[in-house]
Amino acid sequence: MPELLRGFRRVYQGYFLLLFLAALALMSDEGLRRVPVRMLLQLDPLSAAAVLASSWLLPAGLATALVVVAITVLFGRAFCGWICPLGTLHQLASWLTRRLRHGPYQRANRWRPHFRLKYLLLLALGIAALAGTGVVGLLDPLSLAMRSFASALLPAVHAALGTGGTRPRTFGGAWLTAGVFLGLLAANRWIVRWWCRALCPLGALLGLAARTALFRIQVDEERCNACNRCARDCQGGDEPFAKHRVSECHVCLNCLSTCPEGAIRFKPFARAAAPAGGVDLPRRQLIGAALAGAAVVPLLRATTAEAGPEAIRPPGSLAEDAFLARCVRCGACVNACPTGALQPSLTTAGLEGLYTPVLVPRRGWCEPSCTRCGQVCPTAAIAPLTPETKGWTRTASAGAQRPVKIGTAFFDWGRCLPWAMAIPCVVCEEVCPTSPKAITLEPAALTRPDGRAVKLGRPRIDPDLCVGCGLCEAKCPVAAPAAVRVTRAGESRDARGGFTLGGRLP
Amino acid sequence: MSERVDRRLVLRRLAGAGIVLGGSGGLAWLGLASRGRFQPAPPARAVRDHRVAEEASRPLLVVARGSDPTAMVTAALAGLGGMARFVKRGETVLVKPNMAWDRTPEQGANTHPDVVAEVVRQCRAAGAARVIVTDNPVHDAGRVAVRSGIASAASAAGAELLSAAGATFAPVAIGGVVLSSWDVLAAVLQADRLINVPVVKHHSLSRLTCGLKNHMGLLGGNRGRLHQEIHASVVDLAAAFRPTLTVVDATRVMLRNGPTGGRLDDLKAVNAVAAGTDAVACEAWAARQLGLDPFDVPSIVQAEGRGLGRVAAGVGPVTEVGAGA
Repeated sequence: MPELLRGFRRVYQGYFLLLFLAALALMSDEGLRRVPVRMLLQLDPLSAAAVLASSWLLPAGLATALVVVAITVLFGRAFCGWICPLGTLHQLASWLTRRLRHGPYQRANRWRPHFRLKYLLLLALGIAALAGTGVVGLLDPLSLAMRSFASALLPAVHAALGTGGTRPRTFGGAWLTAGVFLGLLAANRWIVRWWCRALCPLGALLGLAARTALFRIQVDEERCNACNRCARDCQGGDEPFAKHRVSECHVCLNCLSTCPEGAIRFKPFARAAAPAGGVDLPRRQLIGAALAGAAVVPLLRATTAEAGPEAIRPPGSLAEDAFLARCVRCGACVNACPTGALQPSLTTAGLEGLYTPVLVPRRGWCEPSCTRCGQVCPTAAIAPLTPETKGWTRTASAGAQRPVKIGTAFFDWGRCLPWAMAIPCVVCEEVCPTSPKAITLEPAALTRPDGRAVKLGRPRIDPDLCVGCGLCEAKCPVAAPAAVRVTRAGESRDARGGFTLGGRLP
Repeated sequence: MSERVDRRLVLRRLAGAGIVLGGSGGLAWLGLASRGRFQPAPPARAVRDHRVAEEASRPLLVVARGSDPTAMVTAALAGLGGMARFVKRGETVLVKPNMAWDRTPEQGANTHPDVVAEVVRQCRAAGAARVIVTDNPVHDAGRVAVRSGIASAASAAGAELLSAAGATFAPVAIGGVVLSSWDVLAAVLQADRLINVPVVKHHSLSRLTCGLKNHMGLLGGNRGRLHQEIHASVVDLAAAFRPTLTVVDATRVMLRNGPTGGRLDDLKAVNAVAAGTDAVACEAWAARQLGLDPFDVPSIVQAEGRGLGRVAAGVGPVTEVGAGA
């Protein structure tokens, strides 16, 4: 029976890992709206708690995280052992490296004092969230896995296999993203599931809830002969042989089958083996973590008052303050963007905006009728627009709300072929998708440096028609910095950010 | 080991699980139902109409001539029926001089400090509980307040000086042709009375800057945008802000290089102060002091067209009083 449980668990883990990878693939599918891929990310109680703390508002979908809370008060951290795709990958990595770890397993799977770190991180990040930042997402396991796959691992696979198509997707900072992800996996060579045991703040949150778990491990002390074999395959380092630490247990239930005496059972209403879930948190460490958390937001805000002019946000994004609070940096929008224009920000959006999405027109553009980024966003930091509410492909303008504007294009006349060199070029005007076009050509009769007379059109922009899609910059034939470039000036999400009066001429 | 389950333990465990699940459910419910911390600013309020009823026996505009700014303000106000007609006991009055430039009183870029001080003194004499003098300047607020001479003169007369640098602004419905809403000094919304105390100057874009454009000093935000549609913006503001009283400082007017000026030969001594309840009439009178035809100033024409006042009351025969030597 216990052996069967192990099989069951592997099936569940495999199923959820496949579901996660399928969600990644489905996000770039046109049939998106029939597959609510964001559900998987919305199962995450840490994201839900962080959004609740930072904006005091819970997007309806995030309430599904209560399912995971319910599982936890029933069975403990079964999410970690049975569902979490990142946990599954770490378990795989530790299995693959099992022969590299020397020494007795009792020592390898001992609980170590530094495993408290995740609780301290949770406290610090929680306090930072209360002050209004979403940086929690940087360490959220589902967000970490999603953005690592989306903006580093999958593009790397495509690069290796040459399957990226004619325009392979590239991402700034992929090296860093992949480095952190693979580094954490490599840590399994020394300590099994070190990320889950020592760092994961979601694990810590569930560990706190697991103190009340109805089902838990119980060791029959009359049958136990202290062989310590229960620690052999233990995933959580929760020491069933000593005082079982229910807050650290991943409910892998391996100890049930490795116990030669059959002394370990997973049963309801088992007596707590150790107080406080088996993790004592010294008051000084708690105070230190709380102070560190309180310092995070002031220091971030002192560093960058606001995101830079190139931090163009996806259409439908909340105003910057609310966006930084609500975005959990999961990278789902980056994964879903069909043109590869959305990039995880390294420096563009400031320190606090690390891994938030920004639109980089030289890598892609915002497709006029596309609203995928908002459809996959688990926290509604990007509103789920429709092509109609986005307003870039409307066929009539009468009575409609103004279209969403994510930025404004500016011409660099010193680089523009018609303006600077009297060379005819109409690419930007040609690709401009608004109707009427925001870019128009002003007829001019000029003389080339060699004396020839040319008639050409010089492009001009109407800032009130421009929506900031970036097509002109993406397609501009001038290499390196394009001759027309988009900044987030005039974005409509910030009611006071406009630099024109919005074309409302009397 | 016995398989007995302890009843007390069962109850305690169930209670614990219930508290965690119920607590998180409750938090989720609160979060779903709450409006959130980052909701867009609440629906903007409008600025109230600060005017008092017109009296048939009183002129809309009184011009006092003389050499002493203080005496001219006193005389002009007396001609309108005295400050008691406009300010009641216990009220809060916001006085808005032109206090926008790092310039001294003799350079004429800001309202003369004696004019501001006398308006303040009259408000206090009429029983005003608080008189707040403020302007959101173009130059540095702290320096402007001192260098304009207004800070010391107004506080000596019993006013509180509100520096725009630390002031609160709130989004307010303007409901105009080009401006739908804008950030306005919160003090304006709290004040019972609004007294506009502009100075008369040349302005390259709007031709004349006086009372109507002086409202811009009550705004926050990116005011540079307003200059794209300067006349319509000024008229929108004139429709949104209806001051109780306008006191025009024409002791000296700026003919050139406005609105900043600097050189003394940009100025002309007019030796007059006008006080009026019709903002458009005051503006028209001010235009005449610069030698302009009010009907050549687009904002004056548009303001009259929108029913904000009467040009004729400022250019026709106006009530003039003498003020001392």
